[in-house]
Amino acid sequence: MALLEIKNLQVRVEEREILHGLTLTIDAGKVHAIMGPNGSGKSTLSHVIAGKPGYEVTGGEILFKGEDLLAMAPDERAAKGVFLAFQYPVEIPGVATMTFLRTALNAQRKARGEEEYSTPDFLKKVREISKQLNIPQDMLKRGVNVGFSGGEKKRNEVLQMALFQPSLCILDEMDSGLDIDALRIAADGVNALRSPERSMIVITHYQRLLNYIVPDVVHVMSKGRVVKSGGKELALELEASGYAQFEDAA
Amino acid sequence: MPAVQETVDRVRRIDVDQYRYGFETVIESEKAPKGLSEDTIRYISGKKNEPAWMLEWRLEAYRRWLTMTEPTWARVDYPKIDFQDLYYYSAPKPKKQLSSIDEIDPEILKTYEKLGIPLREVAILEGVEPKPGAGSPETRKIAVDAVFDSVSVATTFKEELKKAGVIFMPISEAIREHPELVQKYLGSVVPTSDNFYATLNSAVFSDGSFVYVPPGVRCPMELSTYFRINERNTGQFERTLIIADKGAYVSYLEGCTAPQRDENQLHAAVVELVAHDDAEIKYSTVQNWYPGNSEGVGGIYNFVTKRGDCRGNNSKISWTQVETGSAITWKYPSCILRGDNSRGEFYSIAISNGYQQVDSGTKMIHLGKNTSSRIISKGIAAGRSQNTYRGLVTAHRKATGARNFTACDSLLIGDRCGAHTVPYIEAKNSSATFEHEATTSKISEDVLFYCIQRGLSQEEAVGLVVNGFVKDVLQQLPMEFAVEAQKLISISLEGSVG
Ligand SMILES: Nc1ncnc2c1ncn2[C@@H]1O[C@H](COP(=O)(O)OP(=O)(O)OP(=O)(O)O)[C@@H](O)[C@H]1O
Ligand SMILES: [Mg+2]
Repeated sequence: MALLEIKNLQVRVEEREILHGLTLTIDAGKVHAIMGPNGSGKSTLSHVIAGKPGYEVTGGEILFKGEDLLAMAPDERAAKGVFLAFQYPVEIPGVATMTFLRTALNAQRKARGEEEYSTPDFLKKVREISKQLNIPQDMLKRGVNVGFSGGEKKRNEVLQMALFQPSLCILDEMDSGLDIDALRIAADGVNALRSPERSMIVITHYQRLLNYIVPDVVHVMSKGRVVKSGGKELALELEASGYAQFEDAA
Repeated sequence: MPAVQETVDRVRRIDVDQYRYGFETVIESEKAPKGLSEDTIRYISGKKNEPAWMLEWRLEAYRRWLTMTEPTWARVDYPKIDFQDLYYYSAPKPKKQLSSIDEIDPEILKTYEKLGIPLREVAILEGVEPKPGAGSPETRKIAVDAVFDSVSVATTFKEELKKAGVIFMPISEAIREHPELVQKYLGSVVPTSDNFYATLNSAVFSDGSFVYVPPGVRCPMELSTYFRINERNTGQFERTLIIADKGAYVSYLEGCTAPQRDENQLHAAVVELVAHDDAEIKYSTVQNWYPGNSEGVGGIYNFVTKRGDCRGNNSKISWTQVETGSAITWKYPSCILRGDNSRGEFYSIAISNGYQQVDSGTKMIHLGKNTSSRIISKGIAAGRSQNTYRGLVTAHRKATGARNFTACDSLLIGDRCGAHTVPYIEAKNSSATFEHEATTSKISEDVLFYCIQRGLSQEEAVGLVVNGFVKDVLQQLPMEFAVEAQKLISISLEGSVG
């Protein structure tokens, strides 16, 4: 069954069209990789799915679990299971990571009509996950992403993903800025979350990540459209030949 | 900037019903005749059974006040106040002497209950009553003095404080019971001639709190006063006097609320602190007077003079304020660093929204040797509000080795509000080191979206980011109040309750 259906999506930013009729369907349980040159609209797509303000959808639709995603407020989308691991996670000075995690988790649970976690349950859960991801406890006492290294910021995104258990995970260049070991740890974290109910969109420039997170489908984006889709071998092909062959197709 | 825009729109709709302390208590009250004259002052003084010297002191202030004009230098704008159109005294009936809390009008007790103020003498341990005999050293008690319109209605934990030698009582009682202390200290920090509002207060003040901590005593609990304006057309003029004798320590907190009304109400308080050698006073305020509605109608005019005198060597006075209410705030809690090695601190969070106008800051006056001061100010402006930090730091000729550090940060939410920083720095001494840092920023769209993507509502996101912004100052508050203040900050920016 399709978890996410994007049909002929057209998006403008400040009067300029960035996505020109993008179509993409992702079934539950599948991992799709999106590759494509700089500026092709990968981050734009992830922002529009998550509901970031500033983007004008001028055509097309997005269905999430059969519902009109574009009609939902961004926090509602989060509560329904849309998670975006940002390419550039922001810093929130003065707000301890632990406080942030708890506030966000409870906000999502409240929106779904679920009970809030008790403090011991919450702490136990966070400890478990951060251990898996090799995140030291005192990092969680610091302000959200404040003074975190690039790699630590990315791991903090995976931590949140594991904590919130979303049904759609969008990872926007999760591998950028990660050293080899950190990449493996983060990828293991992501793989542990693979399940028949959960789908993922993995945006990356490098085939290497896909050795760790092996995708079911690979898409190539160029100039605001999906120009080619295939199996995991498509990524290898791109690595060898580059994007030039798709420039005209777009 | 759509996300911020949405917040701004919501915040703009902030309405009277979102002020959760805006209810009115229906009780019978006894008021002085409207307007101000020597007769009004005699009436107030008579009601309080004051000694002759006190009446004289008031009358002298009144005569001085007649010669003064309202200050206009602050960045606030409001129609002229008709001082003859106010009631200067209002007391809940009955006026018979109260000997225990049970004799207080139940309606007033209910008011304080609604405000979440513990008037019953219960110990607070993270919200749980301690079991008798549990003997936890962490048990925290808070003694409360509650002032309703013009009079003090209840002071709790009096007996226990008395055992420690601490005097904590309504100032009207202190004038009768401890005249020698009151006469010695009243007006010694803020003289009756100090400024228009302080002089007015000196003439008509009706109640407030008095604290005296004897030498070497560490006050065994937090002291707290809650001020509530209830009556229509009534000004509230409270007077607080706190003295920490040699080596003493006291932490004091005041909270303020008022019903919502279309007309503006005047609040002109005076607070005087005196710290002798090696003494320390920590004074915290959570000010949440009614701010007016979304059109800028109504709200409290808050003209307050607060000053601490570090009279002794090695003394310390620390002001912490969370200012979220009032239509107009005019307030500069200050420290006179007279004793050598004395220290003054000012930690402030000032939030303005709707049409609120805040002009607040501090004065650090370095007179003694090796005196130091620290100023951390966080201003948050939303809606169509104006938020000004005004601070003075001076070092006199003899103040060798004076040091000050000032950091003023302003956060803007939306583009119809303003934040201003007006620092005055004077060093008449070449050995003084003054550091000043100031920043102004807009709330970041990307940061808000990050929070919202993780499931927070727009309003929760703003509340969280702002609470992060003010964290350094929140940490200065006693723990129980920090939690309360955090909620208050979110509420005052949310435009919706809970
Ligand atoms: N807020 C904006 N204002 C103007 N142009 C924008 C804005 N956001 C994105 N764009 C433009 O849209 C295009 C797509 O950008 P996007 O960030 O989606 O690319 P990308 O595929 O994620 O690139 P990269 O691989 O470099 O991350 C770019 O040309 C970019 O300049
Ligand atoms: Mg990108």
